[in-house]
Amino acid sequence: MATSIVHRITGVGLAAGTVLIAWWLIATASGPDAYGPFMAAAANPFGQIILFGFTWALSFHLLNGIRHLGWDLGYGYDPRGANILSVVIIVVSLLLAVGAFAYAFMMRGAVS
Amino acid sequence: MSLETPLHRVQGFGSAHSGTQHFWRQRVTAVALIPLSIWFGVSALGLVGAREVDVLTFFQHPWNAGLMGLFIVIALIHMQIGIQSVVDDYVHGEGMKLVCLLLNRAFAWVVGVFCLIALLRIVS
Repeated sequence: MATSIVHRITGVGLAAGTVLIAWWLIATASGPDAYGPFMAAAANPFGQIILFGFTWALSFHLLNGIRHLGWDLGYGYDPRGANILSVVIIVVSLLLAVGAFAYAFMMRGAVS
Repeated sequence: MSLETPLHRVQGFGSAHSGTQHFWRQRVTAVALIPLSIWFGVSALGLVGAREVDVLTFFQHPWNAGLMGLFIVIALIHMQIGIQSVVDDYVHGEGMKLVCLLLNRAFAWVVGVFCLIALLRIVS
């Protein structure tokens, strides 16, 4: 299935996302004048979409990465099972991302 | 002049000119990143909407600072190898490939150094 190229795409996306982690840490280290704009950027709709994409990409890459390690050890080559597992990984990674956002909205009223 | 036979010199070195080192390093970092990325995800979720002081307090705990430092360094090594394999596969011109590989390394170093300095600043 398409999970192989999605693994690469999410990997490249996560690489770009490391800039956001750097921004978060630098803003926190720099003081309120820098932390405020970061939180505002994270809270606006475009920021929320980016954060959701990052959350899903991390979930997918983690789950599919574990599957890759299984392949290295010789497990998971049965075609039918591999297809089913691909669907499971896509669905579970989406559930994790949606779940994380639902949790954040319930606890904080917003994701930022 | 090298006394190595030509066969010995090339054995195990594929198109990336670095043998199996990247293959192993990518898998070792992948295994380390399983617990580290779960820790990062759970921690980040716990800090959603947090005030600046909460984030500072969180990272001032030695465990959290240490784990964040490990997560950043290991993730960036994993990232650098992963992006390099994408460049090796899709960028064919030798000049362009060299530029991409250098930018990839520069990116990992810049992000890594800035993250660690910010982290040290928070901790100290």
